[in-house]
Amino acid sequence: MTLDISGLKVSIGGKEILGGVDLRLAAGRVHGLAGESGSGKTMTGLAVLGLLPHGARVSGSIRLGERDLLTLPPKELNRVRGGEVAMVFQDPATSLHPMLTIGKQLTEHMRHHLRLGRAEAKARAVELLGKVRIPGPEEAYGRFPHQFSGGMRQRVAIAIALACSPKVLIADEPTTALDVTVQAGVLRLLRGLCDELGLAVLLVTHDLGVMSAVADEVSVMKDGLVVESGPRGQVLREPAHAYTRSLLDSLPDAELR
Amino acid sequence: MSDTTGPPPSGGAGPSSTRKEPPPSGGAGPLATRKIRRRGAHPLARFLVRRVLLAVLMAWGITLVTFVLTNLVPGDPVAANLGQRALGDPAIVAQWRAEHGLDQPLWRQYLLHLQGLLQGDLGTSQQSHRPVSQDLAEFVPATLELAGAAILVSLVLGVAFGVVAALRRDRLSDHALRVLSLIGISVPTFWLALMAFYLFFYRLQLTPGSGRVDAALGLAPAVTGMQTVDALLAGRWDIFSSAVAHLVTPALVLALYTIGLLTRFTRSAVLEVLGQDYVRAARAKGLPGRVVLFRYVLRSALVPIITVAGLAFGSLLSGTVLVEAIFAWPGIGQYAYKSATTLDLPAVMGVGLVVGVVYLVINLVVDVLYGVIDPRVRLH
Ligand SMILES: Nc1ncnc2c1ncn2[C@@H]1O[C@H](COP(=O)(O)OP(=O)(O)OP(=O)(O)O)[C@@H](O)[C@H]1O
Ligand SMILES: [Mg+2]
Repeated sequence: MTLDISGLKVSIGGKEILGGVDLRLAAGRVHGLAGESGSGKTMTGLAVLGLLPHGARVSGSIRLGERDLLTLPPKELNRVRGGEVAMVFQDPATSLHPMLTIGKQLTEHMRHHLRLGRAEAKARAVELLGKVRIPGPEEAYGRFPHQFSGGMRQRVAIAIALACSPKVLIADEPTTALDVTVQAGVLRLLRGLCDELGLAVLLVTHDLGVMSAVADEVSVMKDGLVVESGPRGQVLREPAHAYTRSLLDSLPDAELR
Repeated sequence: MSDTTGPPPSGGAGPSSTRKEPPPSGGAGPLATRKIRRRGAHPLARFLVRRVLLAVLMAWGITLVTFVLTNLVPGDPVAANLGQRALGDPAIVAQWRAEHGLDQPLWRQYLLHLQGLLQGDLGTSQQSHRPVSQDLAEFVPATLELAGAAILVSLVLGVAFGVVAALRRDRLSDHALRVLSLIGISVPTFWLALMAFYLFFYRLQLTPGSGRVDAALGLAPAVTGMQTVDALLAGRWDIFSSAVAHLVTPALVLALYTIGLLTRFTRSAVLEVLGQDYVRAARAKGLPGRVVLFRYVLRSALVPIITVAGLAFGSLLSGTVLVEAIFAWPGIGQYAYKSATTLDLPAVMGVGLVVGVVYLVINLVVDVLYGVIDPRVRLH
């Protein structure tokens, strides 16, 4: 399934945050979204799930297959959330509830969306934990987030996002809060899952090194607008926009080869 | 991770010892899990045992403190209890002192006191000439009923109001609830008690006046000493409804401050949690709103709410003295006042002990709830 964002405008309290964003995600492809801090990357992701802050005004369209997510009634939007479009947040230290077990957080939406029984949900959760390479998935199931390291928590968050077999995954800087040594592992995992499950992935990052390692397409945002978009090789080797060039120039050369 | 002798109790006993920040992880691998298993006890069980042992230790501390404080009171119990004539006679005074153990050194008096306590003997009240334990058994249930009802009402209403105010932030209901909570916090209890008594009983005759049940109905057979409960146990609906009618006004008066306080704290606690990443993540999972509210938001918000509630219930107890006086509620507040003004030391110590133990129980409940709610408290 494809996710087609076109002419997305968002304003909060009269201030324009997004000024007409166009993005296209396709199955089995990783779409990298770069841009400086405050350019509106997170807001774009949140808009897809209808999770914008209070008082935000939205226009344009976000089409998931035949449906426009912006005009979907709340009940149906809730079925899309987690069920068809899932999200991984930037900081795994704060995006898991500290007082609920990993197992609970992995199974509750499965039981809700897929109407699985307790045992089925648990079996699937353990399988997922194995898939994101958490050692000892059976034991991990009953543990609490604080008993895992940051990298492991982000893997858990990815497992949670994948639990209901979504078609689209929005990963908002999933490796920024992690140690450099575990970043590569999490990225490789995302890439592998994308290929294996045919996910459409929006990978938000302001790290062009990350981008060149895993993205198929790359878009660059600045001040609420997409200023450049295209296949990775083209954008990173022959940037058309001055802003992209300046981003590239600030990188150590070796990283892009 | 902890060694085989078990971790020390996590510094101090009060609610303040709770960690808000997650402790640094690491070391909690499969190895640590196996170690806990081998030791056998469930982590929650070990946490509970530790807390209860600590409470027992503190109960002993309370006996010491009440004893010392009571004996530091400037004032001569002999003068307070004997008439002018008897005071003039040294033989009578000496005999009275010996009878009440006042001729012994203080440490011996304390040991005797402690020995008595262990046998359930709190001494004899110099006013009522009955065992203090008997007096307490008569007055404590009435106060427990009043304070218990007030605590229940304030918890339910305070938390509900706070949640509603937070969810409807900046709307009319939020503003109305905030004004209400401000009034609850700032109006003095004694004034409120007088006004409620005057308005509902004297002017409107909506509520029965003072006491616990209509005298005409008699009392339900005593089991717990709490009229509402005893009436229910005896199946006496007439007594039950009369007891509830008598209870409503004083309990609400007593609860209003705590309702206001809890409304306020619950509102800010819920608002803070609503802004957390994990709440947004829960929404992103497509969980229904009520699941997000109860499982994700309230669970976290409960930790600060419980802290405040525990403290507020302490001050609610001291409010009972005033409310009992105004509504002629025959509880421990009245008894405490009477014994303090007559320097009835055994009675004062008895009251001190009861109040201390009640505080202790509240603290224990708060601590245990922390452990039940937050795994980070009980697992480390
Ligand atoms: N709750 C909010 N209310 C109003 N404006 C907001 C709010 N959150 C973010 N903004 C504004 O929206 C704009 C876009 O923010 P956004 O978080 O999408 O940036 P970003 O590209 O994700 O940046 P970063 O790399 O720092 O995460 C910023 O100008 C920010 O100030
Ligand atoms: Mg962001």
